[in-house]
Amino acid sequence: MVASEIRALFAVAARPEIVSLAGGSPFVSALPLDAVGDMVGRLIASQGQVALQYCTAQGDLTLREQICEVMSLEGVVAHPDEVVVTVGSQQALDLITRIFVDPGDVVLAEAPSYVGALGAFAAYQAEVVHVAMDESGLIPEALAAAIARVTAQGRRIKFLYTVPSFHNPAGLTMAASRRLEVLRICEQAGLLIVEDNPYGLLGFEGEPMRPLRAHTRDGVVYLGSFSKTIAAGLRVGWAAAPPAIRDKLVLAAESAVLCPASFAQLTVREYLSTQPWREQIKTFRELYRQRRDAMLGALTALMPPGCGWTRPAGGFFVWLRLPEGVDSKAMLPRAVSSRVAYVPGTGFFADGSGTGYARLCYSLPDPDQITEGIRRLAGVIDAERTLQEEFGPVLRRDG
Amino acid sequence: MGELDYVVVLAGGISPEREISLRSGEQVCGALSEAGVQAILADADAGLLTRLRSDPPSAVFPLIHGAPGEDGSIREVLGLLDVPYVGSLPAACRMAFDKPGAKVLAAAAGLGTPASVTLPRETFHDLGATAVIDLIIGKLGMPLFVKPSRGGSALGASAARSAADLAAAIVGCFGYGDTALIERLVSGTEIAVGVVDFGDGPRALPPVEIVAPGGTYDYAARYTVGATEFYTPARLAAVTAAEAARVAVTAHTALGLRDISRTDLIVDDTGAVCFLEVNVAPGMTSTSTLPMAMRAAGIDLGRCCATLLERAAQRGR
Repeated sequence: MVASEIRALFAVAARPEIVSLAGGSPFVSALPLDAVGDMVGRLIASQGQVALQYCTAQGDLTLREQICEVMSLEGVVAHPDEVVVTVGSQQALDLITRIFVDPGDVVLAEAPSYVGALGAFAAYQAEVVHVAMDESGLIPEALAAAIARVTAQGRRIKFLYTVPSFHNPAGLTMAASRRLEVLRICEQAGLLIVEDNPYGLLGFEGEPMRPLRAHTRDGVVYLGSFSKTIAAGLRVGWAAAPPAIRDKLVLAAESAVLCPASFAQLTVREYLSTQPWREQIKTFRELYRQRRDAMLGALTALMPPGCGWTRPAGGFFVWLRLPEGVDSKAMLPRAVSSRVAYVPGTGFFADGSGTGYARLCYSLPDPDQITEGIRRLAGVIDAERTLQEEFGPVLRRDG
Repeated sequence: MGELDYVVVLAGGISPEREISLRSGEQVCGALSEAGVQAILADADAGLLTRLRSDPPSAVFPLIHGAPGEDGSIREVLGLLDVPYVGSLPAACRMAFDKPGAKVLAAAAGLGTPASVTLPRETFHDLGATAVIDLIIGKLGMPLFVKPSRGGSALGASAARSAADLAAAIVGCFGYGDTALIERLVSGTEIAVGVVDFGDGPRALPPVEIVAPGGTYDYAARYTVGATEFYTPARLAAVTAAEAARVAVTAHTALGLRDISRTDLIVDDTGAVCFLEVNVAPGMTSTSTLPMAMRAAGIDLGRCCATLLERAAQRGR
């Protein structure tokens, strides 16, 4: 691993003095930890021989049935046989890429895209072609144009990777009409869609948006996760895939980890069976809505001219556009010195572009901390803008 | 070890060098354990004073890099607590940590150091960045090297070969501090010379030659295993190696340092040894030069640290 200044700065961001708007971690303290602790104790006492033993590579059957019930909340109808339990949805992403991608193959992804996905694609030497978004999410015309352009170059596109709801990092949600359009375009092109939906149940406004997978059984591999609705530390996610892909996923998972952790699976199974999980999701939703509101309010009140930001209707993230010429990566050390951290936009583009953007996460700090963090960040951006103005004429000088 | 009950290795802190400091601390803790010393790794956080008061250690080994680890402040606090520690006293740390000040003291002791200017951010703001940059280039020429006046691990440091480069380097530098040290870039062989004092006076360890990828010994080159080639001892003529040792010991003495330091030097094309900077809490990671130099000198890292801790415990503060 190459040592990097950015990683070094994130190590500092873990200190309590820093308001970290960087992470992306769920607020697990909102869980009823005592009840969960009792539940885990009972689980080991009554089912320890199963929970501490190997299981099948596809995952526990009862859990897969429960996963289908969870997916049905968003209108996805799936059979437990289609579901493969994975070590977080990140492993599903890794396995899908391993199955489909040969070095040099193209993967389409939104611009910007989830940094963990870009890491998985890079590990298998995929070439990521970004597709533009606007406030209604992925732009269908841009998708069609990208498919045509790449195909005309004689290159193979293996799939479209998309986070349609409460996008990480952009905080945008693909409009319902666009979902149908994206499905139509991909179907016509014979292009598989990998739909990543970790935040779908964490919407703040109205009913959950129907995932792409709710519209079709074929042509979509759906990735889900309990990281945001229960606990990230359990590392339980899943893929729901058409049978041919499911078979490959099971084989690939078996070679990677033999089976997902039985203990974590049974903990989730028990939680879904015995705890008021639907109420808990409502609790999370309300908590994150308050934090989203705190961040949007602080941004409106405090950000200097030239900044812009998205207004997420769910999930964890706001995507901040910085004033012209301000580089989010170069600004990070100044921000950390001022005791606030964010993720520079460059991490969300395969080609390292995105210097003019930053991802802000509101899931972990409380509303007061969020306001303070934005206040500090606004000061840093203002100072950075001044610095750019002062040095701009020399920076643009040739030679 | 006879004199030591248990010791605390201080690492972490809140500077951008936190990760490196933690790695240094873990390395030293491990080495001390192998040498039979009970060592506890502790961060400089809100719990530190309570810990040191409730169960005072025999001595502390401060390995927090960057401010406040190297500017003397944490050592001032250890002094207030009457806790013995390894390394230089706060006043000496302050002088060494301030690179322009250290250069002045080194020059006063007869050591060669690259011509430089030190300018705070306000100067560029008040007088106009373009005019000031043109003045710098007119006076010092090119190429130049820019680094924060306080700090380490090459964070915010970069070379400049044009006016635009220089502006970018200064802007980058201001990410890590409000004052820039801009010095003439000396090309040659980059070496680091450790100095230790076990009670019989400061002595230089074998010089370590640093051959960084692309000639830039930046953060990634420093801390990515295998990225940089090191030669220990450095491939220098005996007379040059002896001069490097003399320069490092002179710097250590001139700055009033105690126990341990590392001096960074360049041997230019004529064989002259130029002083760049000195470190009072040198890196102790697996890719750091001081542990390499100790190995080359046949000094066990754990035994060395234990001896320095014993000396600290014996002298008190």
